[in-house]
This record gives sequence, structure tokens and C-alpha cells, in this order.
Amino acid sequence: MQPSPTQDCNTAERTVEIRNPEGLHMRPAMQFVDCANLYRSKVTVWKDSQSVDGKSIMQVTTLIAIQGTQLTIRASGPDAEAAVAALAEVIESVNNETSD
Amino acid sequence: MKLSEFMVKEAIVAQLQGTSRDETIRELVASLAQAGRIGTEQVDDIVEKLIEREAQGSTGIGKGIAVPHIKHDSVTEITGTIGCSAAGIDFNSLDKAPVYSVLLLLSPWNNPDRHLEAMESLFAHLQRERFRKFLRQSETQEAIIDLIQEADEAQQESGL
Repeated sequence: MQPSPTQDCNTAERTVEIRNPEGLHMRPAMQFVDCANLYRSKVTVWKDSQSVDGKSIMQVTTLIAIQGTQLTIRASGPDAEAAVAALAEVIESVNNETSD
Repeated sequence: MKLSEFMVKEAIVAQLQGTSRDETIRELVASLAQAGRIGTEQVDDIVEKLIEREAQGSTGIGKGIAVPHIKHDSVTEITGTIGCSAAGIDFNSLDKAPVYSVLLLLSPWNNPDRHLEAMESLFAHLQRERFRKFLRQSETQEAIIDLIQEADEAQQESGL
């Protein structure tokens, strides 16, 4: 039996806050993008009304996610839930990283 | 933020001599010292720290672009320069392809928000294929300075 199209179109969303004093700088942004690229789902990151492709380092770096910024991670695709959970965890580990 | 606010025009190197990542980083940092924007005695330490940063994860982000950057004690204002290489440089990039345009940024420690703004401004331009293409084709310092100026003006007009 063919899977119904709706099963391939899950969406998941989570809002996270950047608490690292350095903000989401390039190294953690790359971790985020690397993680996003492990999933089949399309990943977008929203800051207020601005949205970028969560799989593109060039785009994620244009968010200016300074300390205190709220980002909404949205995934749509077969592994949307898993993608959002893993990406929220990346942000959490960045928040807990000591400044270097 | 405008590129011209932190890019040091006199330090732009249109034809990089080095072919390795480390040579390129040294060439650009030396050029900033020659332009009087960083102390000559700081060059070795800045080069070393930039290379350490690259070792943690390449800033070669693909599409022929690398953006080596660090925060450094000796810097009080965000200071950057650009280098172009016709031959291409191995930067251990994400896409494994050679790098033709290197945008180097030094930031002070005390203003991480402004550092992110400067990076945003770089990437906003680098995302545009036209900007990347023109940068790669630039053969003189003047051409790169013009490109920066045009990019700043276009950004201002679009209200970004």
C-alpha cells in the first residue's frame, strides 16, 4: 500500500532562546546547519518575521541571533519531529557552552 | 552595517600570492598591519589564533568563499579585509572546493552583538551570486573597493 501523502508532510515547531553571550555565532551556526542536513525534512528558522533556510550556513548567519533572541525552528517532512528535537538540543548545548 | 564601516580599503589584496590557507591568512593580517590597523607586533599572535580557529572548523563555507575570523585582545574596532586568489586556495572547505575570495574579520571581545551584525552584513552580500561573481573576477584593489561601495549603496536603497 502506498503511504498517504499526509504522512510525508509532518510539521513540527519549537521556539528556543539564545542565551549564549556570544549569540549564535558561526561555529554553533555550522553545528546547527550540519545537524539540519542530517534530516530529510525542510528546516526553516524564524526570527520575528524573518525566515531562513536552516540548512544553509550563509542564510543562518544572517539572522543576527544575539543573546536573548527567540528563534523558532520549524521542520516539515517525514522526520520533522526528530529534526526539531535534535536542533533544539544543538541550541541548548550552545547555550551551555562556556565563552572562549 | 555597511561593509565600508569595517573593511579596510588599503588592506585589500586583489591578487594573493600564497596558495595555502596559512600563507593567505598571514598575507591578509600583514596587510592590515601595513595599513596601520593592527600592531605589527600582534601579527604573529593574530595569525596563530586564526589558524587555531580554522582547525576547530573550517570557515570555508563553500561557493569559493572563506571567512576566517576571531575576536582578539588587541582589536578595539571590528577590522576586516578581503583577499582574492585566481589560482584558488585549499581552505579545507565544506564542499572541498578551492576558495577564491577570503573575507577576514577581527573583532574586539567586548561587543559580540556588533560582531554578529558585521558577519550578517558580509553574508547578506555573499548570498548573492552577483556579488560573489564580481568579487571573484576583481583583479585590482580599486575594483574590490568599488564593489564594496556599490554593495553598501544597494543595501541602503533596499532599506536593509
